[in-house]
Amino acid sequence: MKQVDLFLAFFRVGMLGYGGGPSSIPLVHKEVVERYKWMNEDDFADVLALGNTLPGPIATKMAGYIGYRVAGIIGMMNAVFATITPTIILMIILLTSLSSFKNLPWVSGMTKAVVPVVGVMLATLTWDFFKKSRNTLGIRNACLIVGASFVLLEVFHFHPAILIGALLLFALVRKDKTRKGNENVEKGGGL
Amino acid sequence: MIYWHIFLAFFIPGIVGYGGGPASIPLVENEVVDRYGWLSVTEFSEVLAMGNALPGPIATKMAGYIGFQQGGILGAAIGVFATVAPSLILMIILLSVLHRHKDSPKVKRMTNYVRPTIAVLLGVMTLNFFTTAYEGIGILQTLILIIASFILLEKWKVHPAFVIVGALAYGAIFLA
Repeated sequence: MKQVDLFLAFFRVGMLGYGGGPSSIPLVHKEVVERYKWMNEDDFADVLALGNTLPGPIATKMAGYIGYRVAGIIGMMNAVFATITPTIILMIILLTSLSSFKNLPWVSGMTKAVVPVVGVMLATLTWDFFKKSRNTLGIRNACLIVGASFVLLEVFHFHPAILIGALLLFALVRKDKTRKGNENVEKGGGL
Repeated sequence: MIYWHIFLAFFIPGIVGYGGGPASIPLVENEVVDRYGWLSVTEFSEVLAMGNALPGPIATKMAGYIGFQQGGILGAAIGVFATVAPSLILMIILLSVLHRHKDSPKVKRMTNYVRPTIAVLLGVMTLNFFTTAYEGIGILQTLILIIASFILLEKWKVHPAFVIVGALAYGAIFLA
């Protein structure tokens, strides 16, 4: 039953994620956290963070790891298979038979209409992450890291992997302190 | 020999391409067009356009199709494997280590520190999607779709699958 659920969850993700892997992030969240409750928000955030740190396509990394967590090696293969195979088969059939397909106006209309909808899903996910940051770090530190990340990523074009790697390393090497000591050290946490 | 080339052509973009599938598009082009000459630039852009018109992750669709073109079913399987496997294996190892220590304060802190950065990445991605929509279909259609999908998703809690299928139908009729 678990394998069937895994297959269905990632089949839906693969078939509905227009615009490449990143647009499937909110869909994976919906299936894995909200519908099947295989993971909580924290676990999902970890998967997403590490997925962004490592190279390679994001959708299959998420599918593979979540499949592995839920149902072992078979689950991993099942989830990756469900994510990618249906659309690859579609692609091979369409490209080898009718290659003018993509120029049909209604097909491009379909693709265009999905873009803002995925935008809304990403926006709500963004808001979820921000709320959660505020609850765990406090509004000041959360805004500090958000601001610093934004500047480093968008103004100085730091690679996200470097920034995430640095934050992970900082969390790891920082000594465990009492509550009072936290504030001073955390100031440096914004990089 | 061709299978080895297919493996290499997709292994390299998979291991170098940070930022998800779309980031690996230029790397794939470098391998399949410039290095191996399997496709011309025009053919590549056709594969890319079709890949963008279809759902699902883009990197694996390209690997599957180009692998199939060069080496049949086995070629497709090798191309997809080379794209997916290396980074997935790394991911499983690292996350399994994290999961084993998930109650340690250090690991909890890692999650907390990284979350705001992820929020920024998601926020920027959101903005990109809205800008693309605005450039493609104009401000009015973009706003209609944003408001309608927001109400359906957040107020009425409709499953995203139905909202996306609805948007596809809307696009086929009104944006053609």
